[in-house]
Amino acid sequence: MFDPEVGANVEVAHPTHDTNTGISNTKLGMWLFLGSECLLFGGLITTYLVYKYPLEGQGPGPDQLFDIPFTSASSFVLLMSSLTMVLAVSAIERGDHHRLRSWLVATALLGSAFVAGQVYEFTAFLNEGLGFTTSRFSSAFYGLTGFHGVHVTVGIIMLMSLLLLSLRGRLPEHRSETVEIVGLYWHFVDLVWIFIFAVVYLIP
Amino acid sequence: MTVVDTPLELSSGNGSTSRPFGVFARPTGGPGWRSWLTTVDHKKIGIMYGAAALAFFIIGGVEALLIRAQLWAPRGTLLSADQYNQVFTMHGTTMVFLVVMPIGAAFANYLMPLQIGARDVAFPRINAFSFWAFLAGGLFINSSWFLGGGADGGWFMYAPNSTVTFSPSNGIDFWNLGLLITGIASLTGAVNLIVTVLNMRAPGMTMMKMPVFTWMTLVTQFLLLFAIPVLTAAQFLLLFDRNFDAAFFDVSKGGQPLLWEHLFWIFGHPEVYLMILPAFGLVSDILPVFSRKPIFGYTFIVFSGVAIGFMGWGVWAHHMFVSGIGPVSVLVFSLATMFIAVPTGVKILNWTATMVGGKISLTSPMLFCIGLITMFTIGGLSGVTHSVAPADTQQTDTYYIVAHFHYVLFGGAFFGFMGGFYYYWPKVFGYLLNEKLGKANFWLMFVGFNLTFGPMHVLGLQGMSRRIYTYDAGYGFEFWNKLATIGAFVLASSIALFIFNIFYSKVKAKSLPKPGPDPWDSRTLEWMIPSPTPEYNFDPIPTVTRLDDFWYRKYGETEDGRLVRIAATEDVTQSAEGEHNVHLPSPSYWPLVAAVGLPIVGYGLIFTWWLCLIGGLITAGALYAWALEPADDPDAGHGAGHDDHPVAGAAPEADLVDADADAGTGAGANGEGADAGTNGEGVTEREVETVG
Repeated sequence: MFDPEVGANVEVAHPTHDTNTGISNTKLGMWLFLGSECLLFGGLITTYLVYKYPLEGQGPGPDQLFDIPFTSASSFVLLMSSLTMVLAVSAIERGDHHRLRSWLVATALLGSAFVAGQVYEFTAFLNEGLGFTTSRFSSAFYGLTGFHGVHVTVGIIMLMSLLLLSLRGRLPEHRSETVEIVGLYWHFVDLVWIFIFAVVYLIP
Repeated sequence: MTVVDTPLELSSGNGSTSRPFGVFARPTGGPGWRSWLTTVDHKKIGIMYGAAALAFFIIGGVEALLIRAQLWAPRGTLLSADQYNQVFTMHGTTMVFLVVMPIGAAFANYLMPLQIGARDVAFPRINAFSFWAFLAGGLFINSSWFLGGGADGGWFMYAPNSTVTFSPSNGIDFWNLGLLITGIASLTGAVNLIVTVLNMRAPGMTMMKMPVFTWMTLVTQFLLLFAIPVLTAAQFLLLFDRNFDAAFFDVSKGGQPLLWEHLFWIFGHPEVYLMILPAFGLVSDILPVFSRKPIFGYTFIVFSGVAIGFMGWGVWAHHMFVSGIGPVSVLVFSLATMFIAVPTGVKILNWTATMVGGKISLTSPMLFCIGLITMFTIGGLSGVTHSVAPADTQQTDTYYIVAHFHYVLFGGAFFGFMGGFYYYWPKVFGYLLNEKLGKANFWLMFVGFNLTFGPMHVLGLQGMSRRIYTYDAGYGFEFWNKLATIGAFVLASSIALFIFNIFYSKVKAKSLPKPGPDPWDSRTLEWMIPSPTPEYNFDPIPTVTRLDDFWYRKYGETEDGRLVRIAATEDVTQSAEGEHNVHLPSPSYWPLVAAVGLPIVGYGLIFTWWLCLIGGLITAGALYAWALEPADDPDAGHGAGHDDHPVAGAAPEADLVDADADAGTGAGANGEGADAGTNGEGVTEREVETVG
């Protein structure tokens, strides 16, 4: 807080927020943005549900393609990254910058493993004759899951940026909320995947 | 808030050499046009929104005149069928996305922070980005005129008519990518303005003490926040279909055109309300001033607005009664549409009741407001008849619909905006618009408007179709079309008169006394501060005790309820004189640079791939630079006296800077993935030691 009496800034570990809601502007902004993202994914998930099956004779359908054990494993990897993200936030709140960096790297790696799994899956489907333009199902499938993959990738870039900042010493404890806000985004992307996994892969 | 003063330490200490990422010094602003490019001041951004929207309004207006000139007589030859398609598509797109929405944003940006007693919006740089992205998207769409022709599928761009097969030119690509860019602008703007309303109100300003315009801004921005992404999703499908051969709307592969209709109107109907609600807000603030009565049923006005915001999500399929959606859907959406007329009716009733028994002065802002109430009522009544599905199936795609939505959008929204312009002009620019010209402007616009769109009711009932470039003689269309065309030119002359009035009054104002802070004897907080608004808005920030707080600083009531003046206006308004050491957020280059990259990506997607890379790098680089630039200029605006810290619950200026320093998060999440918005100077050397 700036203290006019002292004329210098008094650092606090958890900045208090003099906002009407008590939530900082940035965090509230992120919540609102994520609310908006729900509708974006809602539109794409709806599209997938409408186009779940290709027309007769237009390439393979979901029941011939999906490898549910494989995708379950990569989904598990992505969900575990939420755990490491929580640990990263908790580390910086305790001022443990070494652990912060470790957990950020772990989260980014798990996220990358998920994206790698998606790339592998796409390649396998492509080899089985499912191009992006093959059928309405293929467009909807690649569109929805690819869109989610881009979101994970953006999250990884954010995590790496945090890591870089932390290494440069520009992520002190009193900025821990920045990590928390990236965490919000990350958890949201994970949560959306649970829906996508259920809707696309599990519900027949 | 800990951040805000670190620049002071740095400037006296090791300077920028110790922070290699912090090399991006922030611009200092200064006078002249450059200050507009780097500004983060919500007032300048609001003015730029308004100016850009009026420029687009002239473009859209010329397109309207071309349509009316083409329809002057049967078998018109001014435009070919193809050109006519482009002109009416671009007219609709321009008026909706580049005129009515941004004028709403202009008022929201300029007024809302003033009405809640804030220094700026929550994220000043994101605010600048929103404006530049809107402008970039608008210019991008209109550049299609020089690059192969405009979009030709109607502003709703129904599939499969929008696919490459049926529209091989690049017009629809320009439409699609341009609106994706303005969508980013709307989304970031919505996040920004909602956070501002929820978090940055002056001490004592609870939600139910906010002026109605601020409430309507909040509802509008929530509608944007949730409606825009649905359009974005639909536009992604269209983008993939047109540019990457996807099968979303390819009927031969089972693509369903109805999907586009649903997605578009799930966006499109909230869109209708988010266009009209800002004008409703303006009217609700202007009417009480010129009736010298408080708004009748403040709570009802507010909650009917909120109700419209909710119910607006449940009526979209009334645009699709002839699309074959089935009897159950038709029934449900018919009923929902009838119900949504109720909160709208509540507002009309409240405005009327506000005027009843008031001391009405018919100034030009008031005339425009009354114009809104009457014209919107006509448009609303013709609208509610569309909820009766059998009637709608007769009227759909005829000029009756054209008449209806122009009565609500021009007669409603635009009349409200005109009232807002006349009312707020002295606050924004420091001089009053000429009243005589203002009244002439109103009557000319009123007559021109009714002459243009009134006959369209008749044409529609006679069966004249929309979107057809000509008509044959002998159906009884000639007379009414001539009338409408004459009306359109009268309407255009009223706009010319408005623009003339702006310059005329500015010249005349030099010999007139200054209007002062409160020329209309108004009720809301923005009239408490000098005109034009000083850069820092309020100094000190007021503490609010009730609705229409400023009014009750001037007036009290006797025991029998009569109004008595308790203080002279000069005693309760703030003065621009004296020293005002208020810490304001520093200007920045990066919002502009980040926005410039977006249309370059758009051109890349249409013409050649490597432009995408360049545009993407510009935007991504700008977002990183944005996140890493110093939060603040150490020398700017730092006086000794921070004597204006609000008591509690408000956002002192320190918060502004802090919030904005983290703004990279919101922008980064736009899919560019800039980092999490830690800004450049967060750490001093001492801290580096402890963490490193």
